[in-house]
Amino acid sequence: MNWKRFGFIALIIVILFGAVVLVGSVRQEPILIIASMLASTITVATPLTLGALSGIYCERSGVVNIGIEGMMLTAAFFGWLGSIYMNSIFGFDKMPSLIIGVLVAILSSVLMALLHAILSITYKVDQIIGGTVINILALGVTGFLNRQLFFEKGSIFGGNVPHAPGTLPIVHIPAQEAVSAICGWTGNSENCQLVAKAVGQVFDQQPITIAAILLVIVTHFVLFKTRWGLRTRSVGEHPRAADTVGINVIFMRYANVLIGGVMAGLGGAYFTLESVPSFEPGMTNGRGFISLAAMIFGNWTPFGAWAASLVFGAAQALQINMQLYRESIPAQWAFLQSSYVVGMVPYILTMLILTGIIGKTISPAADGQPYEK
Amino acid sequence: MPEKTIILEAKDITKQFPGVLANDHVDFNLRHGEIHALLGENGAGKTTLMNVLYGLYKPDSGQVSVNGQPIVIHSPKDSIQAGIGMVHQHFMLIPVFSVAENIMLGDETLRYGFVLDQKSVVKRVRELSKQYSLDVDPEAITGELPVGIQQRVEIVKALYRNARILILDEPTAVLTPQEADDLFVIMRELTSRGVSIVFITHKLKEVLAIADRITVMRGGQVVGTVKPKETNEAKLAAMMVGREVILTVEKESANPAGEILKVDALKVRDFRGQEIVHGVSFEIRAGEVLGIAGVQGNGQTELVEALTGLRSVVGGRMWFSGKDMTGKSPRPVTETGMAHIPEDRQRHGLVLSFPVADNLVLNTYYRSPFGIWGVMIPQAIDANARKLIEDFDVRTPSPYVPVKKLSGGNQQKVIVARELSHNVKLIIANQPTRGLDVGSIEYIHKEIIIMRDRGVAVLLVSAELDEIMALSDRIAVMYRGQIVTTVEAATATREQLGLWMAGAHPEQ
Repeated sequence: MNWKRFGFIALIIVILFGAVVLVGSVRQEPILIIASMLASTITVATPLTLGALSGIYCERSGVVNIGIEGMMLTAAFFGWLGSIYMNSIFGFDKMPSLIIGVLVAILSSVLMALLHAILSITYKVDQIIGGTVINILALGVTGFLNRQLFFEKGSIFGGNVPHAPGTLPIVHIPAQEAVSAICGWTGNSENCQLVAKAVGQVFDQQPITIAAILLVIVTHFVLFKTRWGLRTRSVGEHPRAADTVGINVIFMRYANVLIGGVMAGLGGAYFTLESVPSFEPGMTNGRGFISLAAMIFGNWTPFGAWAASLVFGAAQALQINMQLYRESIPAQWAFLQSSYVVGMVPYILTMLILTGIIGKTISPAADGQPYEK
Repeated sequence: MPEKTIILEAKDITKQFPGVLANDHVDFNLRHGEIHALLGENGAGKTTLMNVLYGLYKPDSGQVSVNGQPIVIHSPKDSIQAGIGMVHQHFMLIPVFSVAENIMLGDETLRYGFVLDQKSVVKRVRELSKQYSLDVDPEAITGELPVGIQQRVEIVKALYRNARILILDEPTAVLTPQEADDLFVIMRELTSRGVSIVFITHKLKEVLAIADRITVMRGGQVVGTVKPKETNEAKLAAMMVGREVILTVEKESANPAGEILKVDALKVRDFRGQEIVHGVSFEIRAGEVLGIAGVQGNGQTELVEALTGLRSVVGGRMWFSGKDMTGKSPRPVTETGMAHIPEDRQRHGLVLSFPVADNLVLNTYYRSPFGIWGVMIPQAIDANARKLIEDFDVRTPSPYVPVKKLSGGNQQKVIVARELSHNVKLIIANQPTRGLDVGSIEYIHKEIIIMRDRGVAVLLVSAELDEIMALSDRIAVMYRGQIVTTVEAATATREQLGLWMAGAHPEQ
């Protein structure tokens, strides 16, 4: 990641935020609009961030994984199913059910990752095809089970979808209180309290979102400061060189693809256990692919990928926040808030990035190449 | 006397690959503090033997012992443990890593059990570098260093792991003559400090210059072990090939006629889009060989690609056979009479999965008699293949064997046969003998001189100075995308050419 890339990202975010502030400032304090935008940007960027981290672990070790979409979908379904089972069949409380749901989500995604690892590392199947298999398999399995378990006659739940235990609660970080206290010492102006409120709004996030941000930092540290990271990068760049100094290339690749599975699993859990308490077939809706774009955009670095995820998140946040100020938008511009128009933003940005206008991206040298002794 | 102690010994090593007996009951030993050269042609089994010693291959039978102790090597880790370090022909370095990262990889110094301790590695590398006068900066990015320095990084990497035995696999293949001399100095320095070296090569001159003992391999077997004082180039070559070899190319002086190719201020970009050939000008006349000497990566590849129409030209012009051919695609260039023997025969010279017969018409398949109205005529292609296989002595079981099944020398003969069989005015040969055995080299060299004597112009690009000097009538030296100077081959010396290849200015 270079300054040019980060500058471009910052510019796009400022434009997106600016547009909402421009429209909404008639009815709302700009700082609260920005806070609301920021809060929803961070929230909706969560699955993208985790998907991108999944991609980083896989590709830094030399395995292309376009199956992240399918891994997230699998995790979303099984996580949800797990939480329902715990809650309504075994009678667990809401929180334990949700936590077990998250674990089940991760486990199911790891199993999908294992399938990808076996196909691409052991059997040296073309990794694009392996990933596509994962995506199609996930769509089929989740769609089929969803119908069989809940909606068919004689299904386990007899056509009645039981109540899901809900979503993971907001973790209250006392940021508003902290700023408010500072305001207290410095004259306690009204503006200062407004800032405190805005800050509080941004910091009130749910656990998977907070975990995603922490994992960005952890992944950066692991990748660039630890032995594990050095070895991971070496097998992704030049596996033979790694082999000659006694590093087990096959093991490193398997392990990193499975770690990638954990990341994608957490990203999948976001959909059904944090965002909404329900499952719909195909609900990941291309997020897995956008997260791969974020990974490339971020040049295979955790912070870069996170920044890119935030851009894509900001585009979605614009759409969400604009709804509040629908009447203030001139009729001839109304088409801009259509989900189709906003949905294009990530893909247009990705194409721009891939042309190399905003600096070249360099993938790991052995990315996608099976290792032959 | 410690000099006499045998430090590394391989006994009765046999290694079978599908279809090839790569090592056939091989015995080899290395004494403390000596440089033992392992000489042989490609495919003689040198690299297989070393990979067995280093633990990359498992031998079918045989025993390796270090300091008299038999050791079992399952993986490179075991051989590192036993004090064996290897510098591979293709460096085992990661270009995007720093030198320190490359050196510590696999043997990391840690804090708290998992965090890399870069500082202490950097310090250790500085010490080693100073101790053996290697001059390696641990904080540099490896890929940005010159090849000669990268090789030293490999040596430090082995020393960092306390290697007392170093295996150098074709270490001079990528170096300029001066860099090679520097390497020999370093090798002497290492042996004086008790390191023992196995030096793998196929270059006779180097072996005689540096080795204490020479073991020659042929066809997977050891032919013999000799001392440099007791032998000479001709004897060693005969041992390598198994028959008398004519090492010098016999040729009359050239009889150049009219100009065939004229290149004026040609500029070419590399695949990254950076200009790598900065305004090159030269001309070649019919019946002469112009050799382009230079270390690989100084723009020769891109220059050849531009001349043959494979790469677009950013500036300058070229005239071939009196016609302006700047920016023309390969087909018109070929049809005007250019033959191209590409650098990488497997990637750019042949379609490996196609049969020999089809590979022999890759540049003429669309024309009569091989193709009529877009339909290929098998009888014509078959007749052509049988004739060329006969004429150029291609050793193949049939014209319909996929060309990838042939040996390197025979693959090259297929290319030569195809390129020289049509009406040729100019041959552009880029590294035409790289990786070939002595016999095939002899053949290709002879063929080039025959064509020259028939009045064909030849542009020969090679990193092997010996080849350039043996074949060329004039020699142009290329350095950093420019032709530094052009000299008559008769007056050129190895030393002078080597200096120019390394960037020395001709006027100085």
